[in-house]
Formats: sequence, structure tokens, C-alpha cells
Amino acid sequence: MKKSEKLELINKHSPHTRCVKNFCLAFIFGAVICGVGEGLIYLFSYLGADERSSPMLTTLFFIFLASILTGFGLFDVIAKRAGAGTLVPVTGFSNAVTSEAMDSKSEGIILGVGAKIFTVAGPVILFGITAGVVYGIVLFFYYLFSGGIVVSF
Amino acid sequence: MIITDIILAAVSGGIICALAQLLIDLTKLTPARILVLYVTLGVLIYALGLYEPLYSLFGAGVSLPLIGFGANIGRGVYEAVTNEGAIGILSGGMTSSSAGITLALVMGLTTALIFKSKSKRM
Repeated sequence: MKKSEKLELINKHSPHTRCVKNFCLAFIFGAVICGVGEGLIYLFSYLGADERSSPMLTTLFFIFLASILTGFGLFDVIAKRAGAGTLVPVTGFSNAVTSEAMDSKSEGIILGVGAKIFTVAGPVILFGITAGVVYGIVLFFYYLFSGGIVVSF
Repeated sequence: MIITDIILAAVSGGIICALAQLLIDLTKLTPARILVLYVTLGVLIYALGLYEPLYSLFGAGVSLPLIGFGANIGRGVYEAVTNEGAIGILSGGMTSSSAGITLALVMGLTTALIFKSKSKRM
């Protein structure tokens, strides 16, 4: 093996190049999903959804799509390349819920699927909601003491 | 302009995903921790009043990543506390995020009942 070949091989397997490649792949897949999502927001507003509903409908569409793709086993094929590109948009959340549910089917419907479906969804919901409660408490006392808006108990 | 908006959404969404990939590769953060981090960050961004301007500029680029999910929780809390008072602290977050959570769970159950798991995940 020549020295240049050796170097090439080292570069190919070094964490640094892999990191750059993953970074680019995540960017591309994330960009495609969000670009398509923006197009869908336009489509839903064109179809008559208001400013609040169209991004919500887009989010719901991707949750639906990711779940179906997970069912057919296609999501893993894409996610293997995309990494965080499909993990960070809501597709990753939906995939985690569905794949946990599918994998735990053998353990039963109630304590298998019913409990394990929350393996990833649970922490996300728990910490999201808790952060919301902290924000709510801060906001409530801000209103209470600033006196700008009168709040009731 | 629709084309400019799509490009802005794609670039911003891509950057958010690429940053998460960098966090996974360079630190020991697992994907589940990234999801929790992004949702919590979304609530924080909304609380600081940054989400609305970001959304009007980047659209789906910030609403589709889990940051948007977190910001949605933040908006629910804001509206509920403003309109209903103290009860809103507890009811706001779940109210605004209920559609997404419900669809994910119902789809998860339905898909699991219909399809067979082929390979181990992640």
C-alpha cells in the first residue's frame, strides 16, 4: 500500500471526516424537510387554513408521514443517512413513538405497547410541559406584580 | 415571495439539524437527550419573546424542528395564563400541544397493530 493510499484510508475512517459528512447530510435532509414544510404551510393557507392552523397542520402531516414510513420500515433506511436531519424535525419524535410501539408488541398490548410507547415521548412531553409550567409561574407573578394585566386565580 | 420563504426555511431548518448532528457526534448526547434539549429550548425561546419574529422570518425552518413543538407549549401557557389566570399555568401547555401528541400516540398504536417490526430500531 502506497503512502497516499494509506493517508486516504486513514482520512476516510477518522472521526473528523465522518463528522463533516454527517454534518452535511443532516443539513441537507433537514433543509429538504423544512423546505417542503414551508411549501405545505403555503398550500394549507391557500386551502383556507388560518395563520395558526397551517403550521400546525404541516406538523401533523409530518407526524403522520413519519409514522407510516416507520411502519413500512422505510424511515430507518432514510434516518441511517440523515441522522439529526430526520431526528430533530417532528419526524424524529413520531418515529421514536411508533418504533418503540412496534418493537414492544411482543411484550403485550397493555404493558408492552402501552407502556413502552412513552420511552422517548415521555421525556419529551414531561420536560416540555415542565418548562411550560415554570414559564407560566414566572408569567403569572409578573402579571400579578406589574399590574399591567389583571389576572385572576 | 414563496421561493425566498422556502429557501429561508430550508437553510434555517438545515442549520438547526446540522447543529444537533454536531452535538451528537462531538459530545456524548444521545438522540433522546437532543429531543428533550430542543423542546425545552423551544419553550425558553418563546418565553423570551424570540419565537414570533423567528417564525415570521424562517417559517417551517423553526416550526418543524422540535423547537416549534416547545414554542407551541410556550404559546399555550402564555395564552392560558393571560386569559384564565393561575389555572392556565397547568392547562396551557397540554392544551396547545395536544393535537401533535395525540396524533403521534394514536398513529404509533395503530401502526404497531398493523405492521410487524422488521429490524431493531436506531
